Order: sequence, then C-alpha cells, then structure tokens
Amino acid sequence: MLEIKDLKASTGDTPILNGLSLSVKAGEVHAIMGPNGSGKSTLAQVIAGHEDYVVTSGSVVYKGKDLLELDPEERAREGIFLGFQYPVEIPGVNNAYLLKAALNAKRKHHGQEEVDAFEFLKLAKEKMAMLGMDPKFLNRGVNEGFSGGEKKRNEILQMAMLEPELAILDETDSGLDIDALKAVAQGVNALRSPDRAIVLVTHYQRLLDYVEPDVVHVLSGGRILRSGDKSLALELEEKGYDWVREAANA
Amino acid sequence: MATETDNIESFVNQRYKHGFVTDIDSEGFPPGLDEDVVRAISARKNEPEFMLEWRLRAYRLWLEMTEPAWAHVHYPPIDFNEISYFSAPKSDKDRPKSLDEVDPKLLETYDKLGIPLHERARLAGVAVDAVFDSVSVATTFKEKLSEAGVIFCSFSEAVRNHPELVRKYLGSVVPQRDNFYAALNSAVFSDGSFVYVPKGVRCPMELSTYFRINAANTGQFERTLIVADEGSYVSYLEGCTAPMRDENQLHAAVVELVALEGAEIKYSTVQNWYPGDENGKGGIYNFVTKRGDCRGANSKISWTQVETGSAITWKYPSCILRGDNSVGEFYSVAVANNFQQADTGTKMIHIGRNTRSTIVSKGISAGHAQNAYRGLVRVMPQARDARNHTQCDSLLIGKDCGAHTFPYMEIKNPSARVEHEATTSKISANQLFYCRQRGISEEDAVNMIVNGFCKEVFKELPMEFAVEAQALLNVSLEGAVG
Repeated sequence: MLEIKDLKASTGDTPILNGLSLSVKAGEVHAIMGPNGSGKSTLAQVIAGHEDYVVTSGSVVYKGKDLLELDPEERAREGIFLGFQYPVEIPGVNNAYLLKAALNAKRKHHGQEEVDAFEFLKLAKEKMAMLGMDPKFLNRGVNEGFSGGEKKRNEILQMAMLEPELAILDETDSGLDIDALKAVAQGVNALRSPDRAIVLVTHYQRLLDYVEPDVVHVLSGGRILRSGDKSLALELEEKGYDWVREAANA
Repeated sequence: MATETDNIESFVNQRYKHGFVTDIDSEGFPPGLDEDVVRAISARKNEPEFMLEWRLRAYRLWLEMTEPAWAHVHYPPIDFNEISYFSAPKSDKDRPKSLDEVDPKLLETYDKLGIPLHERARLAGVAVDAVFDSVSVATTFKEKLSEAGVIFCSFSEAVRNHPELVRKYLGSVVPQRDNFYAALNSAVFSDGSFVYVPKGVRCPMELSTYFRINAANTGQFERTLIVADEGSYVSYLEGCTAPMRDENQLHAAVVELVALEGAEIKYSTVQNWYPGDENGKGGIYNFVTKRGDCRGANSKISWTQVETGSAITWKYPSCILRGDNSVGEFYSVAVANNFQQADTGTKMIHIGRNTRSTIVSKGISAGHAQNAYRGLVRVMPQARDARNHTQCDSLLIGKDCGAHTFPYMEIKNPSARVEHEATTSKISANQLFYCRQRGISEEDAVNMIVNGFCKEVFKELPMEFAVEAQALLNVSLEGAVG
C-alpha cells in the first residue's frame, strides 16, 4: 500500500529525514517509535503533504501512485488520513460542517453520491456512540475550546467517519488519561481490516497495550534503525532509546 | 482560479474605464456644478417649488463645506467640476441586445453567484425591453402593496404624488448641512426610493429595489426615504449581489429612515460595486450617509449590511434612539480584498430612556486591503438606563492587509451600561492544511472559515439574501490565498 524508498526531506536548511525506507502492506498495523527530534512527526507530515517540508530525494508510492505528485487534499481523498499531534482550532466553523464537507469531498472524488444532512447525522451519531462522545460535540466550533483529550477523540471521530485506507496517527496517545486512551484504541481497532493499514507514531509503548502492532520500527536521526515485532516495543520501554542508538552504532 | 478572477475583473474594469471618461449623452448635462445646474435638474424633473428651494439651500451650504479627511482611506482629490450631474439613461442601441453579446466571463460570475437567468440580462445592461419578463410579477406586487396602503415608488414619483410626505420627512434625519457628501447629494440627487407604511400596517412582503419599476439608472446621487408610521413594520432590501456595472466613479447616496412610535424598520444591504482591479485601479468611491431615527417610543431600526464592493467605502449606518425604549441594531460584514479600502461602522446615539443598541461588526481583509471599523456610542445626559453591546471582530487573510478599530464612546449618564469586545484573528496556514488533509480544497477551506466568521451577521439577513451573500463572499475572496 505504501512504499517509501530512501526518503530525504528537510525544512528550511535543516535535513530531517536522511534516507528513510518503509513498506506498509494493507491489513497491517505499524508502530513508529523513537526519541524526540528523530523525525517521526516529519515523516507523518511529509506523507500528508505539508508544504513546510521539502522532499530532496527518494520516492513515496501509495497504491501504485507517486504520492509526492498529489496535493494534500488529493492525498486525503485517496484515503490518507493524518491524526494530528496538535489539532488546530477553527473558531466559528461547526464541527459537523467540517466533517460533512470532508466526507462529501471524498465521496465526490470517488464518484459517490454526497450524503445529505440526515444521513450524515445518523452516521455521525453512530460513530460518536461507539467512541463514547457526547453528540453536542458536533455543534461546537472545530476543536474550539476542546481539552487535549477531546481534541484527540475528535481526530478519531473524523477518522472513523472518513474510513481511510491509510491512517497515520501522530502521537494521538500523548497527554491522554486512561479513558481517553482506551477510546482512541477502540477507534483504531474498529478500523482494523484487511483493506486498511494503520501507522501509529508514538513515543511510548502504552498505546500498544491496547492496539497490537504487527511491526515496530525504531526511528532515530531520520532513519529507521531497527524493525521487529511487538517485543521490540517492550524492549525499548525497558532499555530506553540509547540502547537502540548504541546498537546501531556498534 | 486567480487568473480567472483577474480576467473577470479586467473585463469589468475595462467597461468601467470606458464609462468613466464617457462622452456625455446628448441628453446629459456638461460637467460642472453651479446654481443653474441645480435649477436645471429640478426643472427636468418637474419638481414643485419647495423642492428646488431645498436643493438650492443644500447647494449653498455645500459650497462652504470642505471634504472630510478623517477617514482611514486614501485617494486622489476629486474634482467636482469634472462630474456631470445629470445623465440621461443610456440609449438602447449602445447596449448588448441579448446575453449572447455579453462577455462569457461576466456570465460565469453570475452563474457562480446563482443569479436567476432573467436577472442576469438586466445586470449585464442588456436593453431592458428585450428581456424584462417580470413586469407581471411587479404588477401583482404593486397591487398587493396598494391594498395594504403601502406607498413604494421612486423618489421622483413621491415628490409629484405625495409632496406633503416628502416635505415633512425629507432631511429630517440627515439635514442638508449634515456633512459634505450629504449636502452635495441634497443639491443634486437624481432619484431613489420612497416608502411609506401607514399606521399599524405590517408590510405584506419584503420590499426590494428590484421590484420597483423604473429602478434602472437611479444614478450616482441616490436618495432613499423610508417612513414607518406608528405600529408598522417594513423590511427593505437594497442592492444586489451581482457585480454592478456603473459609469460613475463617485457615489454619494443618502438614506433616511423614520420609525414612529412602536414601528420597526429592518434595512438590509448587499453592496457589490466594482472594487477596482487587482492593482487598485478604478473602482467606485462609495461615500454614503445612512441614518435611522427611532423617533417614537418602543420603535426599532435594524441595519444589516454585507459590503464586498467599491474601491473605497465610507459608510456609517446609524441610529438615533430618541424614543424611550427604542432599539437600534447594526450587523455588518465588510470585505476588503486587493487594494480596497473600507472605513465603515455605525453610530448609536442614545437620547431616550431605557434605549438599547447592539453592534456586531465583522471585518475581513485580504490582499493589500485596509479595513477599518469606526463606531460611536453616545449616551446623552437624559438617556437613563441606556445599554449598548459592541462586538467587533477582524479576520486577516495573508500578511499585507490591515484591520483597524476606532471605537468612540461618549457616556454622559452614569446609569449606562456599555460593553465592547474586539478580536483579531488570522486564517493560519495550519488551519488550511488541517482542512486540506481532510480532503477539503484550500478555497473551500477559506470559504468555510470566512462564512463561519460571519454567520452571526448572515443570520440577520432574509433567508434568500443570506444564501446569496454567502456565495458573494466566496467569489469576492477567490484567489485571496496562495
């Protein structure tokens, strides 16, 4: 589904990704772990198409297409979803309005009929019940005055509504209490299917207690240093990131 | 998208330029202004003596006045002797014969705005007789109004048919000496609308200039007078969301509203004059005096405006809250893009006891535009228990534009409660990226954010108008980002 080869990217004059390769197949859940500043978030932003990051070499192929050729909105409509680490507030824009516009933009792109207000509300309420969210959320401004936990749940709600094929969650677990963490995990697990891939970018292994990854990667200095199964995450938790760096340098 | 907008604008601009240096039609007056011109205008319109006297008095007052310079706008000096003060309607042979002869780019804009087909021809300046298929609609409309006793006609007709009403109320809200442009308008006004709603009558429909036969060519000095007698109600819609073509650069209109005891007037404007090209060339100067007088107790005047056009806008729809318990409201969205300059706001003058006013102003600036809110809340010594709430929000798109807020408060009664809230926000790159990552195009994202910002004002507009206003805003800000 996603094939990244020798990717180099920088912001301003600072190189951040230094020859990263990653292959994600449909049906898989990948966890990308690493210390602060290792390039985890940059990877997520580059896949989503953020203009602050310039790809200097390498390739990203998604569902057989050159992803780097597509605008961010085209990538989204093609099924890429990024759960933001810091979801932005958009005051005055109704949460439901944004969600419906997003859903219909995607449906239109795929030649499907747009959902009307009634269908939309039914669907949204269903998903919100699943995530234990108050339906009043829909009528608030996008992330406006939301607590950290509410913002993250809102990201998961958007993901559940948009049903992406490739979901990248950038530190969605950080700063969450245990209830919110469980709700996020539940949302992610509900999305797991043989047609979809999920990439969890995380600093801690805590989330992985609830969402079991197929592959764990350790990122450092803009490169993947090691990949393994879920035991790698536990090992990291125990030994810290220095251990990986030392192992890589050895 | 940007190029498309440019094309539309350059097309419109061309027409405007052509109009601005126009040859005077044989029936028009040569440029210049003196007493003879004022007399000639009055004579041409067969006005009664009192009207001529009124105009001449205004002209003499105007001669002694100087152009105001306090507004936060900049433009080259206007030579008032370069302007022709009376022009006959353009003859049909100079107009396009049908929509097929109109530039497709302009039609495209109409399409984006969802303007009805029969409306498009009129706006594009197609010879009216060839297209005016709505005469029957207008006739039914007039019949219904006269059944209710509502007078709704052109100002010239009112001077001829209802001179006693005109004489009683004209200039009673905006006197001739009020300001430079009001004085000029009083001397040379061409035409406009007149409305009188009798006692206790709720006007059966929203009045729109569109349905006023002879509405075409009211000219650059428009005069509107609306009188709501005791216990009556009227909602009046002014303007049009379509880009209006006009030959004149300077527009100085005067609108006077009078609400007697228990009456309510709701006045909604959507203004979309040509704003000039993307370099700030051309464009209409819109210097308007709009004022409502809540003359009776328990009366109410509500202004709602969506301003997207004009190169320069200078406009402060105001309320004089004279009657006890009277209510004044001002809801405004002002958009300034490219090199547009807007200095707009309101005045709420509290005179009666227990008077209330609400001000909600939303300013949007994009490109190199400057957008200023200027508002005055004055509570007179006798105005016990006056209340005002002002909310003033600015939204910036891009880094070269500006928003300015000049709130003035003069409170002379200690029982007054006056609140002012102001915010300035910016559409950030992060907001746009967030929307795009959800599959929403950048342009749709801007529209979504802007409409969210304005919704408090849009909900005050009559429904159909609100939908049009929203579409208009989207078109006005096309290409504002990226």
